[in-house]
Amino acid sequence: MLKYVTRRLLVTIPVLIGVTIAISLIIYLAPGNPARIALGMNAQPEAVRELERQMGLNQPPWIRYLEWLWGVVNLDLGQSVRTGRPVVDMIARRLPPTLELAVGSMFLTLIIALPLGVISAVKQYTWVDTSSMLFAIFWLSMPSFWLALILLLLFSVEWNLFPISGRGTPALTMTWLTSLILPAVATGTRRAGLLTRMTRSSMLEILNEDYIRTARGKGIGERAVIYTHAMKNAMIPIITLIGLQIPFIFSGSVIIETVFSWPGMGRLLVNSVLQRDYPIVQGLVLVYAVIVILSNLFVDIMYGYFDPRIEYE
Amino acid sequence: MTTDTHHDTTDDARTDGGTATATDDAQSGTASDTGPATGRIARTKVVFMRVMQNRFAVFGLIVVALLLFTALFADFIAPYEPAAQNYEALKQPPSLDHPFGTDQYGRDVFSRVVYGSRYAVFLGVVIVGIEMALGVTLGLVAGYYGGLVESMIMRVVDIALSMPALVLALAIAGMLGGGLFPLIVAVSLVGWRGFARLVRGDVKSVMEEEYIDSAEAAGLSDFRTITRYVLPNAASSIIVYATLTIPTVILWSAGLSFLGMGVQPPKPEWGAILAAGRGEIDSAWWIATFPGLAIMVTVIGFNGLGDGLRDALDPRQVR
Amino acid sequence: MSEQRTPMESTPPRHADEPLLSIDDLQVHFHTEEGTVEALDGVSLTIGRDEVLGVIGESGCGKSVTALSTMGLLQSPPAEIVGGSITYDGTELLDLSDEELNDIRGDEITMIYQDPMSSLNPVLTIGQQVKEPLLAHRDVTEEAAHERAVEMLESVGLADAERLMTEYPDALSGGMRQRVVIAMALITEPKLLIADEPTTALDVTIQAQIMDLLTDLREEFEMSVLFISHDLAVISEIADRIGVMYAGNVVEQCEMRTLFESPLHPYTRKLAESIPSIEDESDRLPTIEGTVPELIDPPSGCRFAGRCPQYIGEVCDTVEPPLETPSAIDDDDQKVACHLYDDQREAGPPWPVGDEATSDADGGARTGVDGS
Repeated sequence: MLKYVTRRLLVTIPVLIGVTIAISLIIYLAPGNPARIALGMNAQPEAVRELERQMGLNQPPWIRYLEWLWGVVNLDLGQSVRTGRPVVDMIARRLPPTLELAVGSMFLTLIIALPLGVISAVKQYTWVDTSSMLFAIFWLSMPSFWLALILLLLFSVEWNLFPISGRGTPALTMTWLTSLILPAVATGTRRAGLLTRMTRSSMLEILNEDYIRTARGKGIGERAVIYTHAMKNAMIPIITLIGLQIPFIFSGSVIIETVFSWPGMGRLLVNSVLQRDYPIVQGLVLVYAVIVILSNLFVDIMYGYFDPRIEYE
Repeated sequence: MTTDTHHDTTDDARTDGGTATATDDAQSGTASDTGPATGRIARTKVVFMRVMQNRFAVFGLIVVALLLFTALFADFIAPYEPAAQNYEALKQPPSLDHPFGTDQYGRDVFSRVVYGSRYAVFLGVVIVGIEMALGVTLGLVAGYYGGLVESMIMRVVDIALSMPALVLALAIAGMLGGGLFPLIVAVSLVGWRGFARLVRGDVKSVMEEEYIDSAEAAGLSDFRTITRYVLPNAASSIIVYATLTIPTVILWSAGLSFLGMGVQPPKPEWGAILAAGRGEIDSAWWIATFPGLAIMVTVIGFNGLGDGLRDALDPRQVR
Repeated sequence: MSEQRTPMESTPPRHADEPLLSIDDLQVHFHTEEGTVEALDGVSLTIGRDEVLGVIGESGCGKSVTALSTMGLLQSPPAEIVGGSITYDGTELLDLSDEELNDIRGDEITMIYQDPMSSLNPVLTIGQQVKEPLLAHRDVTEEAAHERAVEMLESVGLADAERLMTEYPDALSGGMRQRVVIAMALITEPKLLIADEPTTALDVTIQAQIMDLLTDLREEFEMSVLFISHDLAVISEIADRIGVMYAGNVVEQCEMRTLFESPLHPYTRKLAESIPSIEDESDRLPTIEGTVPELIDPPSGCRFAGRCPQYIGEVCDTVEPPLETPSAIDDDDQKVACHLYDDQREAGPPWPVGDEATSDADGGARTGVDGS
């Protein structure tokens, strides 16, 4: 087990480095002069050149990359071009709300999709199966921003049940919860549709395995076959599936945060991109990537816990 | 994105009683009685029949056909110009004259949605095309050559996968200034990784087949081996994956346009229309609702078709 | 007519007892995309107490389907039991609900399967899986079950059984896993063990070991076995009686020895012929021409008609021969489904039947199926 974990960890490092390179590459290849954009079209050439020097834009790309990388290691992601504030501070403030939204959505997704997926697999060919599949397809086809708007329309505008925008503070209170519900539903239900289908497929594959037939042949009862034999095996691919959902939850949250004015990283990203605030964009993409990589690592570890065959690799 | 992680299907002997053996008999019987049903034409027919039997797939087919039809004949279907503003009829609710109502500039929403179908088709085809070209090529190379080349390519895929799709697309589109072309570049750069992974997996499993060794022994060049043996086998899963990726691409494009990074207003791309309708949600709900509905129906349609194709091309896979 | 009792008949024939398992005219269909496969077309077999019945046939002839039907393990859809009955110890198995069936299977009727690599649950320990039938069917404590499981693992020839209890199936080779499967099946001391090609997936050497093991255990537990295989040599090691299946029918049923000495059905004769013997001088192994018929739209009449060297004529194509004892044979238990033995026909098969056959020193099988 320990060997497995260390192996996963070691693989992570080059990926992380690759991510930093990729991000810097994108920023670098972007057309337009960041200094000029920051100062506006009518800026004096000397001012632009001065800012360029300050931002280090006149240095060769690989030096810029290394300087930035050095900054990353020291937890210094530069300053915002617009506001001059340290990027790290700005991102750090936005991190908790995004994580809240992500966890909330994931929670919703799991409690809907997992039971539904398992039940439709067990009751294959019945009305339970067909209707939950239709239900899943219905939900996964919905554009999240559209769903968000519809939810807003119904629950906030018409029925006034939930706040239209913003995040209730302080955290972990009722106001906070009510402000979290709509965004979490908007992000989570689409994922739930997808996960239901995938869970069902995995479960069905397992139910068709030989050892399930062996288990049935032992006369232990269908209940035991499903819970003792099938579920444990099903957790293995399901964990992987859940892991796959994680990046998409963050993708979805970008849009949802915008619609609901939820003060998270997603909104910061959209604004920064619109304003060409490169350092923030660079830092944000890095943070997102780190979160995804860490959660993947966590999922891999969980996978190793559930699948004893890892030991024999 | 994928609606299913589908490869690595267990191709174990299906031991649900004698089904495996019984159908073996059936198939061997067919082979000797009616001649081999292995010709390309015969197989395509079988696939077609299977798709037709699947109601959901048929629904999808109709939706896709409808979409294409609308996109092609938008000029004839739409009663108004998509950009025609009518100050007499601002924010009118749906009526006979304006089935989807009008927006805050007096434009007919129905016409805009109709013209929006062109963007959907265009973006879907172009972006998936680019993704396919990039992803399939890289996947082929990775799977076929293996070793260091494969590790490197897969490393790049891993790196690309570490960044959430929309985040990456947003960054790319934004850096390029937003607009149609950056949108295409951004979404393509994000979506190719799925194809690469898929193709590489397929290629690897084909590579393990013995007939590849015999092809190499016979002296076939790499290129020929790939195109004659490897590619056709992967073709069906590529087609399925492509069909299932189109709705994802449409969704992402709409999403980016919604955020202002894609197709810019006043162009009637569905996401852009939704963005315009967002501010008016409390007073004119129809502006945002109908384009969203259009997206949703399109997505369901492609998903249905893709699912149907997948079931038809590989029925032994568990649905 | 008066029945003469010869001295041999004073020992009670084995089959005077009520058979333990009686499959009667079982018909099973599979609904597939291409059509309905008539997999079993009226299969009848009986197994007595403390007796091994071998069932032999090619792939696809329905042997596994028969076994799975008995255990209630057919997946329905696509399978459908269309007719017939399976009686175990007086109880009609096909009438039982799943719960009721669960009382019997795993306890009194157990099964071992073909592929040991996939028959065990990879995420449960060996111990958990071997104890399971005992815990489910008997009122025992965990400790007692554990003890018994270790004992069973030892009796199937696995060393270091105590340690094995906590291992996962992945730690074991194919042969070892099959032993575990056997232990699992025998821990409840069943009355009937169904063995579905248990050695097919194993190496020849392991195969021999497993066969020895099964033979020993069967004696020790005094249980009946339904042994399915496509390998005549393997079956002959363990079976007392044998049923020959072809394309969903039982075409012959007799004692093991009789199969080699005086097989009745043309197909069986071909099978017996195809086992090479040292004395044989021929260059080529005899084969059976043709292929198994399609079961989706099966031919009417005898399903072997298309390949039968003894094909008579229209009757073979239109009328299905019933499985019964030919009049020339005394033993009630030897049955065959072939029109050659129709009482109403004048000519019989071109080989000696009944007493004439067994009186031949070399055995009746010397006469080739085609009469040569």
